[in-house]
Amino acid sequence: MSAATETLSGTRLHSSWSRDLRQPLTVAVAGNPNTGKTSLFNTLTGLRQKVANYPGVTVESKLGQWSVATDCLVRVIDLPGLYSLEATSLDEQIARDVLLGHAAKIAKPDVVIVTVDATNLTRNLYLATQVIETGLPLVVALTMFDLAERSKLRIDVQKLSDFLGVQVVPVAAKRRRGIDELGQAVLSAAAAGSREKPNWSFSIPNQNGAPSLSDLSPESWQELLTARYRWLEKVVAESTKNDKTQQPNISERIDAFVTHKFLGPLILAVVMLLIFQTIFSWANLPMNLIDHVFSALGAGLRTHSPPGILTDLLVDGVIAGVGGVLVFLPQILLLFLFITLLEDSGYMARAAFLMDRLMRAFGLHGKAFVPLLSSFACAVPGIMATRTIENPKDRVATIMIAPFMSCSARLPVYTLMIGAFFSGQKVLGFISLGAAMILGMYLLGIGVAIIVAWILKHTFLNAPSPPFMMELPPYRMPNLANVAHTLLARVGVFLKQAGTVIMAISILMWVLVTFPRASATVAGSDHAIQVENSYAGRAGRVIEPLIAPLGFDWKIGIALISSFAARETVISTLAIVYKVGDDSGTESTSLVAAMRNARRADGSHIWTPLVALSLMVFFVLACQCMSTVAIVRRETNSWRWPLFMVSYMLVLAYVASLITYQGGRLIGLG
Amino acid sequence: MTLDKTPIGSAVRIVSIEGSDILTLRLMEMGMVPGAPARVIKSAPLGDPIQICLGDYHLALRRNEARTITVALSD
Repeated sequence: MSAATETLSGTRLHSSWSRDLRQPLTVAVAGNPNTGKTSLFNTLTGLRQKVANYPGVTVESKLGQWSVATDCLVRVIDLPGLYSLEATSLDEQIARDVLLGHAAKIAKPDVVIVTVDATNLTRNLYLATQVIETGLPLVVALTMFDLAERSKLRIDVQKLSDFLGVQVVPVAAKRRRGIDELGQAVLSAAAAGSREKPNWSFSIPNQNGAPSLSDLSPESWQELLTARYRWLEKVVAESTKNDKTQQPNISERIDAFVTHKFLGPLILAVVMLLIFQTIFSWANLPMNLIDHVFSALGAGLRTHSPPGILTDLLVDGVIAGVGGVLVFLPQILLLFLFITLLEDSGYMARAAFLMDRLMRAFGLHGKAFVPLLSSFACAVPGIMATRTIENPKDRVATIMIAPFMSCSARLPVYTLMIGAFFSGQKVLGFISLGAAMILGMYLLGIGVAIIVAWILKHTFLNAPSPPFMMELPPYRMPNLANVAHTLLARVGVFLKQAGTVIMAISILMWVLVTFPRASATVAGSDHAIQVENSYAGRAGRVIEPLIAPLGFDWKIGIALISSFAARETVISTLAIVYKVGDDSGTESTSLVAAMRNARRADGSHIWTPLVALSLMVFFVLACQCMSTVAIVRRETNSWRWPLFMVSYMLVLAYVASLITYQGGRLIGLG
Repeated sequence: MTLDKTPIGSAVRIVSIEGSDILTLRLMEMGMVPGAPARVIKSAPLGDPIQICLGDYHLALRRNEARTITVALSD
């Protein structure tokens, strides 16, 4: 056991409370998915938590601090949900490795809190008995205790505790019931140190360290497993009393509509439409507000500070660049809000249930539906959500197509292009052309994703149709505190990126556009000459022959180069290239005007509707996002897949853009 | 009778589960053990997967996997 436990053992519990714990205890919260584990973690730690990445391992684990008593802080780790120590998915492997102390650089927890859903005792206790067998100091937290009481299920906690040989504490996280008792139990478990391993007949014989059934013959593990369940059924039968008069299950009644043959798919379509509609209309107001604030900030700074290179850098580089990206914050927030609500309410599992058969036609898994839907917000959390897909080939196939889902970073690109070249037009008399085009871009991404998935699954990710087994958790009212925690964490990640990566790229692009200075007399007076002679201008010139067939000139080339770090920088780069960041109006309107007025040497327009369409198609298909590349590298643990992804998506984007532009010219557009 | 052929709405008891792979292991770990009570709730709109109530919770399972599970109607 760790030093902290050793110093604690032998001291009386109440005296150990007041002592100075130089090395705080580490408590891991483990449990089945959907058992209120995260609710409990949030209640224990409040706002003292952070999403952390451990060095060298692919663990995004939530860490927090819990003040158990006035002067006693405990470190708490929220582990990914798991059904068994026989891990079948990456999420489960992570949780198991941390529990057993196999995770690199993460100390074995001093105490484990196993959450056990009081409304689903038998299956939850399966994992609990496995963790009890490891001998780790352990406390069982009986979650959803209020729900069990309400459904007239009476649990004899003491009896359950006697059977299991560990302390069992009923909790209701939302109402903070049982939290103090849980704290006492954790401290006394820590003080007692490692327990003697229980002597159960169904335990795996002669186990060393991690028990693994897979080392045994199928006959013997089936026998042991069945025996364990027999025992668990007996434990549950003897320690509970069910007064409920077979009331109909509420979740089943909701399911009668939500997964109904006809209503189910209809509800799914309406839910998705509603999400996108909301993001487009509701987000506009706060987005314009942010846009105005940054424009005003730039203009104010310009008038109140001496003209010079530093002011230029701040206004054209930092403020224009970062402001152009922060504008998305409302859209990202709304999208994550919806996805978190759908996830926490239990609807996401139903969506996967409805979609599995369809997804299988393309070689994918129903569980891929959730990550792909999340990818419409951002591919990074979407790709992380693939960890629940057990089959590695299926998981990689899902990761490979996730970036085709039009993420929130593409939206402003679509919005800019449509605002500049397609605004105010109608299709069929009543549908706005812009809305139809945005829908078209989403559909293009989905269509290509389906084709690519099918090809991947029939070539080098070929594998037999994977088993589909998924819990359909009971519908629950989303816990608003949990939703707020998730949103805060996501906003934090986004702001950090805007403050670091995107600011760095904005500054870099500004430098590349500003240097070398054309000449002392020309600089500042003629921006076009300056840009053309800058480093960025030269780079744009170099790739111009390559992108000219797509309809792009060298200025668009500059924007394209910068957008490979992050799509949203295309707008800030265009703003820098066209030098519109310090206009008194909003950035986007002035950028639109600059784009509409930009002309070639022969007087023809650089930007035409066809060029805009070609650029939009390119942005649908190209993988222009450093964060995505980094997360794919981390999640697949190799450079092979991220490099493959970037290259094939680039080729696809180029070809599709080429077809769009040249095809459009052939039929007389543009 | 296997679980994939069981009529919607029937209450059954698990008799046996065929196979020795990781899926069988996981199914059994989730409570699909001989003797366990189960109920077939419905099938998804496209006919697959099916929804099973196993003990105190609900599980979605493809017919392919359900085929490996032998059940007997209870009562």
